[in-house]
This record gives sequence, C-alpha cells and structure tokens, in this order.
Amino acid sequence: MIARRLLPIALTAILAAGALRAELAGDAEAGAALYGQCKGCHEIGKGAEDRIGPHLNGLFGRRAASHEGFAYSASMQRAGVDGLIWGFDTLDAYIENPRALVSKTRMSFRGIKDAQDRADLMAYLRSFSADPANIPEAAPTARGTDHTVDPAILAIQGDPEYGEYLSSECVSCHQADGSSEGIPSITRWPEEDFVVAMHAYRDQLRPHPVMQMMAGRLSNEEIAALAAYFKDLD
Amino acid sequence: MTLNRRKFIAVGAATAASLSAPHVLADNHGKPRVVVIGGGSGGATAARYIAKDSKGAIDVTLVEPSRTYFTCYFSNLYIAGFTDLEDISHTYGTLAAKYGINVVHDWAVDVDRDAKTVSLAGGSVLPYDKLILSPGIDFVEGAVPGWSVAAQNKMPHAYKAGSQSELLKAQVMAMPEGGRFAMVAPPNPFRCPPGPYERISMVAHVLKQTNPTAKILLVDPKESFSKQALFEEGWERHYSGMIERVGPDFGATNVTVDPEAMTVDIDGSVEKVDVCNVIPAQKAGRIADMAGVTDGNWAPVNAADMSSKADPDVHVLGDSAQQGDMPKSGFAANSQAKVCAMAVRGALTGSKVFPAKFTNTCWSLIAADDGVKVGATYEATAEKIAKVDGFISQTGEDAATRKATYEESVGWYAGITADMFN
Repeated sequence: MIARRLLPIALTAILAAGALRAELAGDAEAGAALYGQCKGCHEIGKGAEDRIGPHLNGLFGRRAASHEGFAYSASMQRAGVDGLIWGFDTLDAYIENPRALVSKTRMSFRGIKDAQDRADLMAYLRSFSADPANIPEAAPTARGTDHTVDPAILAIQGDPEYGEYLSSECVSCHQADGSSEGIPSITRWPEEDFVVAMHAYRDQLRPHPVMQMMAGRLSNEEIAALAAYFKDLD
Repeated sequence: MTLNRRKFIAVGAATAASLSAPHVLADNHGKPRVVVIGGGSGGATAARYIAKDSKGAIDVTLVEPSRTYFTCYFSNLYIAGFTDLEDISHTYGTLAAKYGINVVHDWAVDVDRDAKTVSLAGGSVLPYDKLILSPGIDFVEGAVPGWSVAAQNKMPHAYKAGSQSELLKAQVMAMPEGGRFAMVAPPNPFRCPPGPYERISMVAHVLKQTNPTAKILLVDPKESFSKQALFEEGWERHYSGMIERVGPDFGATNVTVDPEAMTVDIDGSVEKVDVCNVIPAQKAGRIADMAGVTDGNWAPVNAADMSSKADPDVHVLGDSAQQGDMPKSGFAANSQAKVCAMAVRGALTGSKVFPAKFTNTCWSLIAADDGVKVGATYEATAEKIAKVDGFISQTGEDAATRKATYEESVGWYAGITADMFN
C-alpha cells in the first residue's frame, strides 16, 4: 500500500502547482480525447459493436468477461468467475496496468500511468453506462488512485532458496509441472508480472478469496522470493 | 510401551539383523536415515520432499502397507458417481524410481525410541535418525455401542477409502425403493470436518437420481458442524424433504446400533434402516500409540517443526497430530509435511530452515457443480499451530461461482496428488 501512501504527496504537489481541476474530478471531455488510445479495438456509444475488444457500453457494474458473444481470453474468463466486477477501483487498476489485474489478458496495452488521465478516461466511459444510479457520482471518480507497485518493491532481489520453500505452499494447488486444470499455472512467469499480480491480490483488487488470503500474509521480500523461484521452474 | 517390551524388541532387532541382514542397514553408507510411517497426504509428502530436496544426502524409507492408496478426499464424489475409484487411486512407483525412496509395503508393528528402530510385521527392523509418523486415524473402540470393525461390512464406515467406499456405494445403489439411509456421525475432533456432510449430500444426489422417494437420517452428536449454513442451504435447495438430522437435543449423543437387525437406537427410539454408515469417534493411528507419543487419543506436537512433545526425533503429521487450530485434512497434512521436511533436513544436513507457515483449504461438493470451500492460514506459536486468517464460501452465491469452486477443487486434487506422488 506504499503507492497509496504516496497519494497525499501527489495531491499536495498538484495543489501547490495551482492545478485545482475540480479536486481531480474526472473530466469526460478530456477522457474523450484519451479514448483515442482505445478506439482501435473498442467501440463505444450508440450502435457500438464488438471488434478486437468488446464494446464498452454499460461497462460499469458488469462482471468481467460477462458480455455475451465476445470470445474472452481464458485469463479474463477466470477473473470473471472469480468475481471481478468492473467498477472504479478495478477498472482504474486494469487501465493502469492490465496484467496486474488479469495476468494473461489479450488486451495488449501498456497502461496509463497518470491517475488524472485515468480518472478522465473513466468519466468518459462512465457516461456510456446505462444505469448511472449504480455508479457513485463525484466521489469515486473524483480521486485518482495509484495502484502501481513501488519501483523499490519491484527492484527487490528475491532469494530463490527461500522462494523454493515458500513455493511448497503454492504447489498444493498450482501444479509444479505447469498443468492448469481448474487452477492456473504459475510457472515460468516473468518476475514483474508475478509480483504485480500478488500485490493486486494482497490489495484485494483481484477477487479470489484463497489468493487474497495467501498473498495477504506475504511480505514484499517473500513475494520477490517466490517470483525469483517460479520464473525458472520448468 | 513398557521397558520390558522395549528390551524384547531390541533383542528382536539384533536377531533379525544377524539372521536376515536387513538390506537397509547394509546399504547405508553413513547417510542420515529417515523412516516415514504412513504413505498418505502427510507421509508421502514428507518422504518426497526430504528425498527431493536433500538430493540423495538422506536415506528415506517409506513404510506403507497398501500398494495402492485411495485418497479419502474425493471418495464421497465416487459414491455419487462424479469420479471413478481408479481416479482416486495412487501408487508409489514414482517415489521409488524418481527420488530413490525405499518404499516398503509392510505394517509397522513397533517403535523402540531408545534404540531408534522401527519393527515391521515382516520381521525387518529399520533404524532411524528421525522418525516421521503419519498413520492417519483409527477408531475408538466402543465409541458406538454395537459397532466394531468386525461389523464394518454390515455397517461400513467408509472413512478409510477403498474397499469400504465401494461397499458403501454398492449398498446405497441396492437400497429398496423408498428405503432409508442412516449415518451415525462422529464427535469432534475427527478427520475431514465437512466429510460426513459432503457424504450426506453425495448420497442424496445419487438417491435423487435412482431412488427419489428414499430418505436420509443423519444422527449427529454435535451441536453444529463445518460449513453448516452452506450445507443446510444446499440440502434445502437440492434435496428438499429428503434429509432429516437428529442432533444432541434429540438423543444423538446416546446411540447404539445393531448390525444384524440393521437398526439404530437413538436414545431408546429404534429405527430400522436399509444402509447404516457408522463413522465412529477417532484417535491417532495405532503406531503412534505404540511409539508412546500419544496423550489420550492424539499425539501432541510442537508447532514449529511437528516434532512430538515426547521425543524430538519423532515427528507426527496429519490426522494423528494434536497441533492446535488446523482441521484434520489432507491439505493440512500436506502443509505440515513440508514444514516437517524442512526441519528434518535442517537437523540432518544443516540446510537452511525458514519459519513455519501452514495453510488449509477444504472444498466440499453439495450437488453437481455446487462446490463450496473454507480455508485458513496458520503460524507456529510456542503453544500451538494458531490460525491467522480465513475465509468461507457465502450462502446465496451464484451458480457460476459454485461451479468455479468445484472446478478449482478438481484442480487442487490434481495438484496435491502430484505434490505427493509425482
């Protein structure tokens, strides 16, 4: 949660700079311009259809991978089954770094790092959701929240020997040979993907209760150790 | 265990050594020796991890009477027809071939903790530096008056999987139309806390298909049970009117059975039934008692390394251990085995020992694609294995969530059995 603690500092900086953009409220007009990055794959608005990605009408409040007729990745389907609902926090995290929330998503997008840009984009997306009564108005979309894992945490060199011991808890369910029947494979994963995924569970952005529990008691060093171990596991 | 008996065993060991020159002794090249008794979730995992991670530096012998092991978990699903018996059967060939574990199919009949040897029914004597006991459960004699293991074919327990599971399933399938299935559930603590209730669900599932007017009588000495709200919600939804539970308020703490007459006497009220599944009160597997590491029905252990409170060179895993907050489950035994394996390797080879962490999750199936789960994490304290955090499935969850939970349990089954046997 270090990233969240950074928020007041960011706010202070913005306030000091006099950038009082309605307390960071999402600006749908600015979001419309930012949507240019999305529209190559996602249609939105009247008559929108699925293209490379699903159309984004009625996105808020929808369960991940629940839009009928679109062929989602297995990873996105699993996230939906696990209970991922598109709301402010989850969408914010997904747009910031798609793989933090859905490891093998087919959405090939580097993410938007600026919290204000994301707030703007979501304000725009929100205007196409059918039932805005279910969407909290100003409050949630007013704040940009940074979910990015602190670079200092990403830079921790994990101890693979410790990771090997810790991994014995993982392989009760996740098979060491990489099989993925019912439970996904976690072997040969890029270290950073592993770390951001575990932090997303620990922060309860990813919904799975077992994984939230498992990640919830791992320290930053332990997550790094596991990532270091699993990246080379055949 | 008496001193006299120990002396006798020690003499027996010497005799065995001189007559048959046990190969275990002959093959040992000064390596530290670990003997593991019991090839289930605790023992197979411990043997595999010690052999795998010590890379040949430790001589590991696994003593398990059965050549084919049937997991208790998923044996209820077999009764309902969701899995075959072959799918829950496992053998020990890979442990021998891939990790060099000396797998001995024999009964351990005594432990001499002074001489540090284990005697087998076949006459061999195995010396050890560290002994790991993971013998599962035995039944408390006289726990359900009228029932004994001699009556287990008339009234199966099916709480050790295999032929007993087959027998119980066959009896359920042969019930007369509109007949009655009874279960006498055990008091706490016992193996697999949700197990009896998953079994009730699975029997209800199969009867609903084949014999829909049949009834189920659950005689339960406990006030409450694991995942109770989830099971009761599921029974109402899937098997409404089929299952009757008699609790302690209505005499379920005073139950006797008559296997010949096929009757269950609940506090004086005699019920005639067609199938009677008696799951008696339980205790540590007998070898733990013979090793002298039990206190009452169970074997107290230190949480940090699962070592016996009676002997630092004996470790007790799984159902037999009295460790604190963890339920008696295959998942828990597997988790404890890894902590124990690390500690044993550390003691024998000086490998690094990290702090103990334990986890458990228990999945149960209520009906087709209606899975639920409960789980927790644990840590070692000076007193016990103590719960840190946990979760449980919620009542009213949607069908997609329940289906995913069931599929996850299938994935877990593949995972844990690979972690034990592959």
